[in-house]
Amino acid sequence: MTARVGVVTFPGSLDDGDAARAVRLAGAEAVRLWHDDPALHDVDAVVLPGGFSYGDYLRCGAIARFAPVMQTIIAAAEVGLPVLGICNGFQVLCEAHLLPGALTRNEHLHFRNRDQWLRVESAGTAWTNTFQPGQEVLVPVKNGEGRYVADQRTLDELDATGRIVARYVRGNPNGSQRDIAAITNEAGNVVGIMPHPEHAVEELTGPSVDGLGFFTSILKHLAGAPA
Amino acid sequence: VRIGRRIEIEFSGEPDLDRAREIADKLLANPVIEDFSVRLATETVDAEGAHP
Repeated sequence: MTARVGVVTFPGSLDDGDAARAVRLAGAEAVRLWHDDPALHDVDAVVLPGGFSYGDYLRCGAIARFAPVMQTIIAAAEVGLPVLGICNGFQVLCEAHLLPGALTRNEHLHFRNRDQWLRVESAGTAWTNTFQPGQEVLVPVKNGEGRYVADQRTLDELDATGRIVARYVRGNPNGSQRDIAAITNEAGNVVGIMPHPEHAVEELTGPSVDGLGFFTSILKHLAGAPA
Repeated sequence: VRIGRRIEIEFSGEPDLDRAREIADKLLANPVIEDFSVRLATETVDAEGAHP
């Protein structure tokens, strides 16, 4: 059976179309989920896409965290549902306390968009298991508030337990502490990533097709996981 | 330099500071990166007459 991967649309999401496309290119069925509908429609995993949910006026992701669909996703993620938050989705996961720390305004205060090299540090998560540890990948980054921050104890813990999933290499675009581009929760089912793997899935439009690995990883994870 | 925002919460009845603190903690501020304090305005604002 084809895996069903949900892609949530909040008011102000803008990468939901690309995320759904990446899911399809990886070989899964993309199921569009709506912020106001708490039902998950039998999906096996969820992607929270990039954008500016609810305008991000208060704080990025602060309102989206309270969306009806998020109440179901938070409860399901706590018992193992794989969730990938990209950019704004990463911010939503931090606001929802599914991931530690927070994302703040870029250190240089400028919006930054460019192709960015990352080093995949952990291939042990539901979303990175098709990579080799230490593999370098090229995906677009585009954010104004992408600087990952947390207290020293949290950073040490993330480092020590292999929960830093990816780091920026060949330049840190936003001043993230310890060059953090992506992290995961203790169980490894929830991953937040600031750059955009869903924009690097086709030669025609992306700087590489490296981003596809995040989406084929979830298929591999679901195929190996007990139903 | 300190940057912040001030948010006024109006209660229709008796002001509930515990409720205000909960709103601040869960929604208005992110305690991971922000500090907040809650205080009761001593003057009652005349909702109709505040902006003539």
